[in-house]
Amino acid sequence: MSTLLEVEDLQIGFHMDTTTIHAVRGISFSIEPGKTLALVGESGSGKSVTANSILRLLPESAEVQGTIRYKGRDLLTMGDRELRGIRGNDISMVFQEPMSSLNPLHTVEQQVSEIITTHRGLRRAAARAETLRLLDMVGLPNAETRLDDYPHQLSGGQRQRVMIAMALANEPDLLIADEPTTSLDVTVQAQILGLLQDMQRRLGMAMLFITHDLGIVRHLADTVCVMTQGEIVERGDVADVFGNPQHSYTRHLLAAEPSGAPPLADPDAPVIASTENLRVWFPIKRGVLRRTVGHIKAVDDVSLEVREGQTLGIVGESGSGKTTLGRAMLRLLPSEGRIVFMGSELSKHGWNEMRPIRKDMQIVFQDPFGSLSPRMTIGEIIAEGINVHMPALSEDERERKVSRALIEVGLEAAMMHRYPHEFSGGQRQRVAIARALVLEPRLVVLDEPTSALDMSVQAQVVDLLRMLQTRHRLTYLFISHDLRVIRALANELIVMKDGKVIEAGPAADIFANPASAYTRQLMRAALTDVLVPPPDNDVLGFDKSTAQRGPQ
Amino acid sequence: MIAGLANRLAFSGPVWAPADVAAPPVAARPRISPITQRRIRNFAASKRGVWSLWIFVLLFALSMFSEFIASDRPIVAVYKGELLFPIVVNYPEAKFGGFLATTNFRDPLNRTEIEANGWMAWPPIRFSYGTVDNNLPRAAPTPPTWAMAPEQRCAGYPQGDADPECRLGNWHWLGTDDQGRDVLARLLYGFRISVLFGLALTITSSIVGVLVGAVSGYFGGWTDLLTQRFIEVWASIPSLYLLLIMSSFIAPSFWTLLAILLLFGWVTLVGLVRAEFLRARNFEYVAAARALGVSNVAIMWRHLLPNAMVATLTFMPFILGASIVTLTSLDYLGFGLPPGSPSLGELLSQGKENLQAPWLSITGFVTISLMLSLLVFVGEAVRDAFDPRKVFQ
Repeated sequence: MSTLLEVEDLQIGFHMDTTTIHAVRGISFSIEPGKTLALVGESGSGKSVTANSILRLLPESAEVQGTIRYKGRDLLTMGDRELRGIRGNDISMVFQEPMSSLNPLHTVEQQVSEIITTHRGLRRAAARAETLRLLDMVGLPNAETRLDDYPHQLSGGQRQRVMIAMALANEPDLLIADEPTTSLDVTVQAQILGLLQDMQRRLGMAMLFITHDLGIVRHLADTVCVMTQGEIVERGDVADVFGNPQHSYTRHLLAAEPSGAPPLADPDAPVIASTENLRVWFPIKRGVLRRTVGHIKAVDDVSLEVREGQTLGIVGESGSGKTTLGRAMLRLLPSEGRIVFMGSELSKHGWNEMRPIRKDMQIVFQDPFGSLSPRMTIGEIIAEGINVHMPALSEDERERKVSRALIEVGLEAAMMHRYPHEFSGGQRQRVAIARALVLEPRLVVLDEPTSALDMSVQAQVVDLLRMLQTRHRLTYLFISHDLRVIRALANELIVMKDGKVIEAGPAADIFANPASAYTRQLMRAALTDVLVPPPDNDVLGFDKSTAQRGPQ
Repeated sequence: MIAGLANRLAFSGPVWAPADVAAPPVAARPRISPITQRRIRNFAASKRGVWSLWIFVLLFALSMFSEFIASDRPIVAVYKGELLFPIVVNYPEAKFGGFLATTNFRDPLNRTEIEANGWMAWPPIRFSYGTVDNNLPRAAPTPPTWAMAPEQRCAGYPQGDADPECRLGNWHWLGTDDQGRDVLARLLYGFRISVLFGLALTITSSIVGVLVGAVSGYFGGWTDLLTQRFIEVWASIPSLYLLLIMSSFIAPSFWTLLAILLLFGWVTLVGLVRAEFLRARNFEYVAAARALGVSNVAIMWRHLLPNAMVATLTFMPFILGASIVTLTSLDYLGFGLPPGSPSLGELLSQGKENLQAPWLSITGFVTISLMLSLLVFVGEAVRDAFDPRKVFQ
C-alpha cells in the first residue's frame, strides 16, 4: 500500500520581534491510507503547528522548510488554486474549539452546504438533501429541525458533530483532527471519538490525530509519534510504545497521570464549612417590563459538609453548577440558604463583614493565565492579600512572608520580582496557590486548578496540594470534572448534575460502587483506560476491534 | 459575635507554625515590563510618529520660553552698575528717572537713559504679544518686514534708515496684525496657550471620563444604565450653542473657559473606559482579588485601571487635538479667551477680516494644520504601538 501523506524533515520557525522561535525542528512521518497516526505531546511541543502546516494554514510570520507530499504532490510548493482543490476535499480538518471554528452568523445549513457547493457544485435542493444526510450520519439529533439553527443554539458536542459533518462532506482521504475533544465533557468526548472511529471505518479515510491525551491515543490510533520541543522522540505501534516505551520522555508522559490517595480522613474532625439548601438562581427576564419568567437553577438545594483537614470533591460536567457552588460558598455570588463557616453564618454577612473572614477562606482558579494580573509582579500579586488583612506588617516582614510562600509551593524567592508571563502554566498555578496560602487560610476552594495544565504538571500540582494539606491541616473544596485528579485527592465526594446533587458520600465508596446511572456513565467515560479495560462493545462507541479492521 | 470567636478558637491549634525556610534577601529588579518595552520599540519603529513627537515637543518647549524669545523687555540690563533682570522683575519707571509704575523699555527716553548708563541685552524679537509697534512704516496690518523694499522698512522711524532702532530685532518676520502687534510674537504665545489649554482640558476631562466610565463599568446594573442614559442626553445637547450662550454672560478667562469646555468634554472617554471595565471585571484575577477581600476602589485602581489606560493613552493625542480645535473655534467666533490674549483663533478671524493681508490667514492656517497633523501622527503611532496584532518590520 502506498503512503498517503509523507512529511519529510519539516522545520517551522516563527519570527518574533527580533528572534526566531523554532516550533518544529525537522520531523518526518508518513500516513498509510485508512490508518490513524496520533501525534502526542504536551502544550508547546509543536504538534498543532505541524497539523496546520499540512494545509498551509500558518500565519505569514511562519517559515516552513522541508517537504509535505500528498499522493506524491508537494503541498508546500503547489499553487494556491491547486491547494484549494485539496483543502476540504481531499484533506479536511477538525479543530479544537467548536464554538470559534463555526461562523456564529451562519446557520448550520449554510455552513455545511458551503463546503458541498464549493467543491461539488451541487444546487440548492440537492445540497440541502446532502447536508441533511451528513448531519444524520454524524448523529445530530433531529437534524431536519436543526438546519436553521445557529451555532450558539447547539451544545458543544453538537457543534463538534457539525464540524465533523463539514470535514467529512466531501469524503476526504485524510482527516486532520486537532484536539477535537479537548474542550468537551468526558461523556461527550467519548461519543465524538466513537463517531470519528465509525466514520473512519465507513469512509475508509486516514486520520492524523493530534492530542495530549494518552488515553485517547491508546483507543484510537494505529501508530503514534511522541513529540516534545518540536521533535519526534519516539514512534511506533501503539501497543509497542505504550507497552515498552524507549525514550525517557515517553516514560515520563506515561507516568504522569495523577496518582496516589488522599490522606486518611478523621471522621470525627470538626465540620469547618457547611451549607444547607444553598440555592443560586439566575432570573430569566423577558419582555419590555423585564418580568421574571423563570430561573436558571445553577445551584439548587445543595447541602454539604466539609470537615477540617479533609477534601470534599465536587464532580460534574460543564454546566452542572459546581463552579457556581464554589463561588457562592465564598459569597462571591449572591445566594439563598445557609452557609456556615467556622461557626459563623456567612449568608447574613454583607460585603464589609465578609472581609475579615476572607482571610480564612481562599480560592484557586482554573486558568492560571487569567487569574494573575499581567501587570503586577509575582511579589505584588502574592502580597495583595497581606496588604488587606495584615496592613500593619513592615515591608521586610511582608517580603519574608511572600518569599516563604513561594518557597513553600516549590518556587524560588527571587521570582517575586518577575512578571506572570515569564512563567509556565504550572509555575503560574503554583503562584496562584501561594497567593491563597500566604494568608494562612483554613478552607481553600480549588476550582479546577489542574484542568488547564499539561498532564505531567497536573500530577505535580496534585502532589503539592496534598503535601500542603497534610502540613497545614488545610481543608479543600476541590471542584473538578477530572475524576482521576479527584480520586487522588478527595475524601468525600459530591456528584452534581444540572445544579443538583446526584450522589454524595465517601469518595472511595462512590468510586468502588457508584449508585446512580449518571455517575456510572461519568466514570466509564473518564476512567476507561485506568480502571477497567475497554470492553469489547462499549455502549459509548469505543469499539477497538471494528476500528482496526479498517476498510479494505 | 462572641460565639463566632469562640468557635474559631475551638479549631485545632497553631497549624501555621513558621516554615523552616529562611527567606534569603532578594535584590529588587526594577525594570520596564516587556509589554511596555515592546510598545516603546514599536513606537520608535514608526518614523513619522517619532519625528512628529520630537517636532511637537521642540515647538512646545520653545514656546514655553516665549518670554526669552519675544518680549518688549530686555533679558538682562546693567544700569549704573546694578544688574537688572527686567524680564522677571517689574521695575518702576522711577528707577530710570520716569514716573510710571512700570517701565516701557521700548520708550526712546528710557532706552537712551539706560544705554547711556549701562547696557541692555534684548531677546531676538523685541515685541511681546501685546506690544503695539509705534514705528510702523504704514497703517497696520503691515506685511512682513523682509517682504518690503529696504528703503520702506524703516520709514516709520524718526531718522529713517539711519535710525539705530531700525535693526533686525525690530523686524516683523510675519508682519503685524491690524492693531500693529507682531504676528510671530503672538503666534509663539498663542501656540503655548493653545497647547497648555489643550493639555489641561485633556487631562481634566480624561480624569472625569475615566472616573465615570470606571464606576459605570465596574458596578454595572442600574449604575451603568443610569449613567449611560444620562450621557446620551448630555451628549445630544448642542454643546457649541450652549458654550456661546454661556460665554456671553460668564466673563471668559482661561479657567472659566476650561470649566465650561470640561462640562461637555468628559464624555469622550466614558464609553471606552466603561467597555474596558465591563470586560475586565469578569477576569479571574479580579475575582481572585475579590476573594482576597480587596476593596472595590483598590481593585479598580490596581487591576482594572491599567487595562483601561491603554485605550485612554491611545486616545490622548486625538483628544488634545480636539481640545485645541474647540478653543480655536471659540476664539475665532470671539467667545474664547479674553480680548488681547494671544490666540490662534483670533489670528484666523483677523485673517478673515483682512483679506488684503494674507500673511495673517496663511500663518494661522499653517500653524494650526501643522500642530494638528503632528498630533494626529503621534496619535496614530501610539495607537499602532499599542496594537498587539500589528507587526512591525
